[in-house]
Amino acid sequence: MGSSLFQGEDLTCIRGGRTVFLGLNFNLAQGQALILEGPNGSGKSSLIRMLSGLVRPKLGKLVWQDQDATREPEIFQRHIHYIGHRNAIKPVLTVLENLAYWSGKKKDDPSLDDALDHFRMLPLKHTPANLLSSGQSRRLTLSRLLASERSVWLLDEPSVGLDVASVALLEDVIKTHRSKGGAIIFATHSPINVENPNKLNLQDYSPLYNKKLLAVENEEDSWI
Amino acid sequence: MKAFLNIVSRDLHLAFRQKSDLTMAVLFFILTAMLFPFGLGPEPNLLARIAPGIIWVTALLAVLLSLERLFLADYEDGSLEQLILSSTSLEVAVLAKVFAHWLTTGLPLILAAPLIALLFNMDSDAMTILLIAMILGTPSLSLIGAIAATLTLGARRGGVLIPLLVLPLYIPTLIFGVGAIDAAMNSLEAGAVIANARPHLLLLGAILLVSLLITPLAGAAALRQSVE
Repeated sequence: MGSSLFQGEDLTCIRGGRTVFLGLNFNLAQGQALILEGPNGSGKSSLIRMLSGLVRPKLGKLVWQDQDATREPEIFQRHIHYIGHRNAIKPVLTVLENLAYWSGKKKDDPSLDDALDHFRMLPLKHTPANLLSSGQSRRLTLSRLLASERSVWLLDEPSVGLDVASVALLEDVIKTHRSKGGAIIFATHSPINVENPNKLNLQDYSPLYNKKLLAVENEEDSWI
Repeated sequence: MKAFLNIVSRDLHLAFRQKSDLTMAVLFFILTAMLFPFGLGPEPNLLARIAPGIIWVTALLAVLLSLERLFLADYEDGSLEQLILSSTSLEVAVLAKVFAHWLTTGLPLILAAPLIALLFNMDSDAMTILLIAMILGTPSLSLIGAIAATLTLGARRGGVLIPLLVLPLYIPTLIFGVGAIDAAMNSLEAGAVIANARPHLLLLGAILLVSLLITPLAGAAALRQSVE
């Protein structure tokens, strides 16, 4: 596999006074797919938000291509595309206008049509987004991945609301992205098939599920 | 600069697609101001005397009404996260959104103000000063209001909190805005109108400059906090 792209060392996330996970390490190389596993509340979304730079790690280090980016998320933010639970779609704009705005391209850019076509959204190009079904909205959001051309994709439950055929489209797009040297990190509860994925189980790092960590956490509290 | 114009044009585009948002503030302004002559009785001297205060207070409340939607829709549908992650500096983005807010709220109020001034029997000198004062004052209302709008994003029932945070901060703008017009109305010689109103207008300008400096910084920090 390719060289290391994105690394995390000893990451700790504390939200609202509760430790979500601690001592987490990961390594993402070019062309790799990292699947985040774990039960509800084990910190999958928190980790993805941390890797997007929205949430700062309490402890630990984020390294982007051998450069310490813990304090400057701008270093890797230019290379990632984050898709969260919410679709960031404006209901009064059309499908094409929504896509054009977030990819920073002109509406007549042919790459936008290609992106929509990949997710079978081209016939709905001029439809106002408030008429889309939830699955169609999700497909519009996913087509942004293709239009924005970033090297690392961070996907939080990307397949929510998608039918079987659309999940297959997503798998296809992921495969192409990896073959071009892109990497992907995603959390999902419904199966998305990718070739030889790396897996990270958040349960091992969450004090909520791993009782051994509870002791560590209490020890740290006594220091503070 | 290109990013700034992108955001402004997007917000204007959105506002023109949902025309109710666009007209709500200015309609509120006109209708509320029109109620006062009915409530107070048709006495031209009294109406002219209280007109500056009424115009400013109703304008202020109209801006207040529109503040909640400044960032809330973007926060709720996830656009705010994408905005923070985009390569645009968040300070520039805040300034662009406030500018778009002023274009859709403050500017219509300025255009409607002469109409209200006529209803209140205001003379032409005072009307000129009213317009200058509003051009200097309404951007400050949008800017100061934006800080409160960003701070209340995570809070439940944030819309109720905004007036509590914002109204005290609007008082200086109100005082000098009304003061400028009063000074113009009380000047005895025709040539002294501008000279009398000048200190008030300068202070309105000062408030505008200070809020132009503070709002992008405070707003961006509050937005980053809101998505954590």
